[in-house]
Amino acid sequence: MSRRAIFKFRLYVAADTLNSREATVNLNALCRFYLAGRHEIEVVDVFREPQRALSDGIRMTPTLLKLSPPPVRRIVGTLAQTQRVLDTLGLEAGAA
Amino acid sequence: MKTHRSSAVRPPRKAATGIAGFDEISGGGLPRGRTTLLVGGPGSGKTIFSLQFLVNGARHYREPGMFVAFEETSARIVANAASFDWHLAELLPKKLLFIDAQPKPDLVQSGDFDLCGMLAGLNLQAGQMKARRIVFDALDIVLALLPDLAARRREIYRLHEWLLQHELTCLVTLKAAPDEPNSAIQQPNGFMQFMVDCSVILNHSVVLGVSQRNLRVQKYRGSSFDENELPFVIGQGGFDVAIVRLLGRMDADVTHERVTSGVKRLDTMLGGGYYRAASVLITGFPGTAKTTLSGAFAEAACRRGERTVFVSFDSDGAEVVRNLASVGIRLDRYLKSGLLRMVSARTITGSAEICLVRIKAFATAHRARCLVIDPLSALSKSGNELTAHGVAERLIDWSKAERITLVCTSLLNEIAEQNEDDTSLHISSLADTWIHLNYLVQAGERNRGMSIIKSRGTAHSNQVRELILSNAGVTLADIFTAGGEVLMGTMRWEKESAERVANQVAEVAGKLKHVTLDAQQAELEVRLKAVQTELIAKQVEKTLLARTTASRKAEILRGRVQMGELRGGDAAAPKAK
Repeated sequence: MSRRAIFKFRLYVAADTLNSREATVNLNALCRFYLAGRHEIEVVDVFREPQRALSDGIRMTPTLLKLSPPPVRRIVGTLAQTQRVLDTLGLEAGAA
Repeated sequence: MKTHRSSAVRPPRKAATGIAGFDEISGGGLPRGRTTLLVGGPGSGKTIFSLQFLVNGARHYREPGMFVAFEETSARIVANAASFDWHLAELLPKKLLFIDAQPKPDLVQSGDFDLCGMLAGLNLQAGQMKARRIVFDALDIVLALLPDLAARRREIYRLHEWLLQHELTCLVTLKAAPDEPNSAIQQPNGFMQFMVDCSVILNHSVVLGVSQRNLRVQKYRGSSFDENELPFVIGQGGFDVAIVRLLGRMDADVTHERVTSGVKRLDTMLGGGYYRAASVLITGFPGTAKTTLSGAFAEAACRRGERTVFVSFDSDGAEVVRNLASVGIRLDRYLKSGLLRMVSARTITGSAEICLVRIKAFATAHRARCLVIDPLSALSKSGNELTAHGVAERLIDWSKAERITLVCTSLLNEIAEQNEDDTSLHISSLADTWIHLNYLVQAGERNRGMSIIKSRGTAHSNQVRELILSNAGVTLADIFTAGGEVLMGTMRWEKESAERVANQVAEVAGKLKHVTLDAQQAELEVRLKAVQTELIAKQVEKTLLARTTASRKAEILRGRVQMGELRGGDAAAPKAK
């Protein structure tokens, strides 16, 4: 995977519930640290745009979709366990 | 009744499931706008129950429903449901919507989450299809992903709030350990029990190798319900919860119509035959012609053109037909014409409940008016002792409600000897007419005796009759009682022929006497004639005598005058000239 690839994320949240806020904070922090300058985050509120949540098959919130680079990954939860999130996204800890 | 009346005032409090038996025990269905918990082990029928709740709602009660599948995929559920006669596919997706909510295989979880995403989607879909019912199947799957108890509790509350807000009638299914149906009320999902308004437990156990399914309503807020564990089966139409029909429903159609038993003299003994829609029990030891008697009934029914089902547990349908033909009961032609349906119940495997359902299905499919079950006691074979009585009871209730005349035989346990009350099912008290067949062993013979032990609402003969089977059919013969002893078989025959001889002798003697009397009468008549003739002769003689006497007198007088004239002596003489 190219290190210069741009990471596109879509984060589904449920209004400003605690879990969703945590996930937003965690994702932003993670991107700042590991993917500075090469990430795009789209936050979708399932209550405002339920149709999109449906078509993406979102059942639990918060859910993070990594759309690009492929493969598409799906992480549910507050993204609290950073190591696990990094593994899933194909990022190595410590790489900046 | 109560729910019907109140429905005019406010919407009914219950959402009918349309599941046979369940609406009756729960007083109308599941609590409307509330949540019901359905708990059961693997394979206990949770998904089927909840699907049926939705299908019936969509089809019969104009309540579209959503099925949220956490475990099986909706495609598989729909495919599996095709084995039922629900035509589920017709309802998709406008009246019945499946929502796949299985955790995706590529799902990675990191930290806490909630179900808002799902609820947001459901919000949208429920609004679009105007859903009134919703099922969360195997909610435990998604709850198990939540990191801690507090989170689970929070999500259940969230779900509950959402359901109340949308006034959806909800059914949540949860798994229970197979050996312990109550484990779901323990942690971690135990508090759901206290949150829901109604909870139903499904139990699937195996007793002596026979599978038995039971359903129990554990709680139902604000409603009375049948608290017992009730057997149920899963058949072609889905769930069928076994309940004893409400008595009031059966009493409506009482008939005085009689149907023949197929044996003429038996009809006479019963005062005209069995009642239509009655249940007749024929008990007896093996070989006492129970099958024959029920076969005679079936033949008579077919002869009237009534559709009949003959369920045989003992032998094949073809065998029964052949065997009955040997006593002049010809069923083959009705079998060919389709009036009669023979069912070999040996092919039915499973519990007594399943037998009942199958028999009901056969009879319904055949539109039977008469039903023969031979023998009913086969229901209580191993593993079914506990349930068989209830099954027999419901069979009788059902046939009565369907106005089917039911004749069933019951094998008596030979060890129980002559104890007539020992029908293993104890259904003798439920049957309307009870005919008992037994052997009388006497003078080196075994003969069949038949008596009517009871027949409700009918004057019936108190006599024991001898049942005679011949290739001409079934007949009943009077039995002879001589000196306090009952004579049957050849002894009866001997007695009969002895009487015949005595009759002949008496007849001859009578004739002889008659002839003698005739002769005597004739003789007397001859004598009478002779005397009469003599009498006439005497009378003639007497007249003759009188006449001679008179003429003689005149002669004498004339002679005297002549003599006077000749003498010429008297003056009177000229006058005479």
